Amino acid sequence: MDDQIVETKEQKLVFVTVGTTRFDALVKAIDSQELKKELSREGYTHLLIQMGRGSYMPTKSKGEDGSLSVDHFNFSSSIAENLRSAALVISHAGSGSIFETLRLGKPLIVVVNEDLMDNHQCELAEELAERKHLLFARPQTLHQTIMDMNLESLLPYPEADATPCAKLIHKFLGFPDD
Amino acid sequence: MASFSFLLALFIIAITTFIIRAFYVILQSGKPLERTDAKPLSTLVVLGSGGHTAEMLNLLSALHKERLMPRFYVAAATDSMSLIKARVLENSLNEKSGVPVGETARFIQIYRSREVGQSYMTSTGTTLIAIAHAFLIMIGLRPHVILCNGPGTCIPLCIIAFLFKVLGIRWSSIFYIESIARVKRLSLSGFLLYKLRIADQFFVQWPQLQRKYPRAQYVGCLM
Repeated sequence: MDDQIVETKEQKLVFVTVGTTRFDALVKAIDSQELKKELSREGYTHLLIQMGRGSYMPTKSKGEDGSLSVDHFNFSSSIAENLRSAALVISHAGSGSIFETLRLGKPLIVVVNEDLMDNHQCELAEELAERKHLLFARPQTLHQTIMDMNLESLLPYPEADATPCAKLIHKFLGFPDD
Repeated sequence: MASFSFLLALFIIAITTFIIRAFYVILQSGKPLERTDAKPLSTLVVLGSGGHTAEMLNLLSALHKERLMPRFYVAAATDSMSLIKARVLENSLNEKSGVPVGETARFIQIYRSREVGQSYMTSTGTTLIAIAHAFLIMIGLRPHVILCNGPGTCIPLCIIAFLFKVLGIRWSSIFYIESIARVKRLSLSGFLLYKLRIADQFFVQWPQLQRKYPRAQYVGCLM
């Protein structure tokens, strides 16, 4: 009991983002009672869902009884603030959200939308998961991923470096080295 | 009758010349420029939503801006964010150099042949409009350098640039950088520009793609 009071003093936010897409399967998976209970058990206190063009409405909750506090919105011009305040990010596979989250050094679970026709974004998430920069899930395996997750095992994403590419372009165009 | 065969002969000669010239251009493409002057090169930068713009602006920040100017930024008319982001970059450069943005950069919107989700049937008309618009833009700009990384709008622009090379209107260097989101397979834009050998230099961000497409160069991650 005491433990729980200490835990709820500090906000531990799970931020879910689907970008500009529609990804009801993910929002529905997040909204399940078992998953929310699991997040609570892991010490998370707040759940904020950016649901894009989705039509499935997750249940809001103030979290009075010590359960997870849940809120949602459709879009915002910048999710940078939400990402920054999050302790865990659950995102669609868009490269923009992925790199914005990794750059902030936040633990990330990417959930792939299997309803998309051209699902090349799966490739990027899988590759980054293989390199241990993020966790990779499908809507139906998300619960299991959260139960098994060990965020300590994730590796920070290295600083991007455009200079090798820029050097080749300069060389081709005959610019002198400096 | 005689004039008909004369016209036919003329036509065949023109086509043959065009094909020979096209092969010559393909052979010459991919060879580094040999330049004696240090004049800056006008540069077309193709932007696009879905991560393309962010990657392109990252690359741009590592490039010699004072040698690559003026810069013409092109984005789809429906994509307002990309040009805003490019403006932010240009404004910050301008603060450092003191040169007004209007002298070093221009921002151009282009019609897109097909919006995400639009059917292929209705897209024939819009495609023709988009190609015509791309032509008008390219005739006006005639850039020396083209940088693109995969949005669909780069295909007509690069094909027109290639035609300009064949016709002797403008020799340009076309750089294609495949998006970081492509790990195992090229995008349609990348595939076309690689196979048609339109891109002078073709860059990929994952080693497994380079192994599959040996003429590509692996440059590591831009994001």
